[in-house]
Amino acid sequence: MSQLELDPVTAPVSPPRRAGRRARTSAFWLALPLAVAAVAVFVLPLTGLLPDGGQNLDATRQPPAFLAGGSWAHPLGTDKLGQDLLTQFVSAGRLTIVIGLVGALVAIGPGTLLGLLAGYFRGWVDRVISILIDAQLALPFILVALAIIANRGSSLPVLFLVLALTGWAVCARVTRAATLAIRERQFVVGLRAAGASEPRIVFRHILPNLAGTIVALGTLQVGTAILVESALSFLGLGVVPPMNSWGSMLASGQDELSQAWWIAFFPGLAITVLVLLVNLLGDALLTHHDPRKRRR
Amino acid sequence: MSEVTETGVPGDLARHPRTPESDTPVLEVDDLVVEHRDGGTGTLFRAVDQVSLRIAAGESVAVVGESGSGKTTLAMAATGLGPRGRGDIRLLGHSLSAVSRTQLRRLRPEVQVVFQDPHGSLDPRQSVRSGLRELRALQPERTSWIDDADLLGRVRLAPDLLDRYPHQLSGGQAQRVCIARALLMRPRLIVADEPTSGLDVSVQADVLALLRQIRATTGAALLMISHDLAVVRSLCDVVHVMYRGRVVEAGPCDRVFGTPENDYTRELLAAMPGARWRSRR
Repeated sequence: MSQLELDPVTAPVSPPRRAGRRARTSAFWLALPLAVAAVAVFVLPLTGLLPDGGQNLDATRQPPAFLAGGSWAHPLGTDKLGQDLLTQFVSAGRLTIVIGLVGALVAIGPGTLLGLLAGYFRGWVDRVISILIDAQLALPFILVALAIIANRGSSLPVLFLVLALTGWAVCARVTRAATLAIRERQFVVGLRAAGASEPRIVFRHILPNLAGTIVALGTLQVGTAILVESALSFLGLGVVPPMNSWGSMLASGQDELSQAWWIAFFPGLAITVLVLLVNLLGDALLTHHDPRKRRR
Repeated sequence: MSEVTETGVPGDLARHPRTPESDTPVLEVDDLVVEHRDGGTGTLFRAVDQVSLRIAAGESVAVVGESGSGKTTLAMAATGLGPRGRGDIRLLGHSLSAVSRTQLRRLRPEVQVVFQDPHGSLDPRQSVRSGLRELRALQPERTSWIDDADLLGRVRLAPDLLDRYPHQLSGGQAQRVCIARALLMRPRLIVADEPTSGLDVSVQADVLALLRQIRATTGAALLMISHDLAVVRSLCDVVHVMYRGRVVEAGPCDRVFGTPENDYTRELLAAMPGARWRSRR
């Protein structure tokens, strides 16, 4: 705060937010490879550069090009049916990314809304929602997933339902806490004194102030969704053929590990790197929007 | 303190378009009780205990007392902005327990609040201009009397501050913006909750002078909440001394500060020597 209050009209603007800028820079460098990967898996199939993905029983379990016995016709090798692994890898990556993004959205949407309602209205609304949050967090997700999938079968909509059910509670809890803090700020009282309605205060003032936190939470949720999907697909409960995700590639590669380790290795590596990058990005965004690390 | 008025605020504050002289008191509070239930232990805590208060149009009333004595809770309950409590509250003659939601929304702009922490009173995501635009959208008829630049001029801010965000304002500037926002609503009552405690000493006098000027030109009543007795003495006609949720002494400032009747008031005055030796005008 400026101590030179001689002329309030020309008092200097507070100095640039260095810490915030640093967080923004690291967020950019983390987002860049993610964006390149996302574009690549959507654009590569359109270029015609990828090998034909069909079966070829004369060339099963070929190693990647950079190992002895491999060829550039199949850069990542082939599986037990002679299908090109790079082609599979790209199309599986596409579905994995879509599942990560949609899975995060379906969890963040209801989570944010319920957290906002609980935090703003408190009272019995808060009590009901808080009990639901605690109940949800006490349930092991794999049990929930098994119950739903056993009942409804595996399909993408069911997978998103599972992701929403397992993901909303964390987001609701964080949003609720942040809302509780913001609703006590005096500008909320000022707005009420100006005659602002409750929905206006919640959606035009509290929600925008939570936007940074929600984006960061959403990013972390993308990582979680990808991991959940991979785990479910590995168990044969997630993505089922003819669709393919990195998790399901991992699953189909597991019984070949001794003869053709590369079938499972590349999807596994991709999941690890992707989730790591997404989580680091989420952390960077969260740091950027953490009120304690932000200058006023 | 009178020299601050002359140096602090120029005499060019234009006359206010409203003439609020009327017989109805702006605020009447009878036997107000506000209780909080402690979340952990479940015990009831009586923050405001049977307080009565009356503010006539244009009058300047102070509530003083130490931290935690219930001053702010009283002000928030009395203006219908915080936990309501029990007891009868009449705002401009309307009983708060009897008015409908829509009536209350129409009544609310008549009371505007200026808080201690000016930065907390402004939405960090809104520039000064968009904040004012929102107030105008909420109360179109009430706010059409002045444009943004003139409004800022009244609180001695340059119009180029309109495009700043709260974090780009100094504490004094932000408090002036808060006062401008209150002023825009043409309120009949301004509640000032420790309006200078969060500010540098040099800015405090300016803000107080501004409040005094606004009161003189708009005829708005003032409910001042403070623990600074010197400030109260320079700005208010009537003072209520609160201790542990109760009003232990009330009366005209000169009388209460001159010949205090209550032991607690005497203690408070002894702890704040400024209130005694600084003569009023």
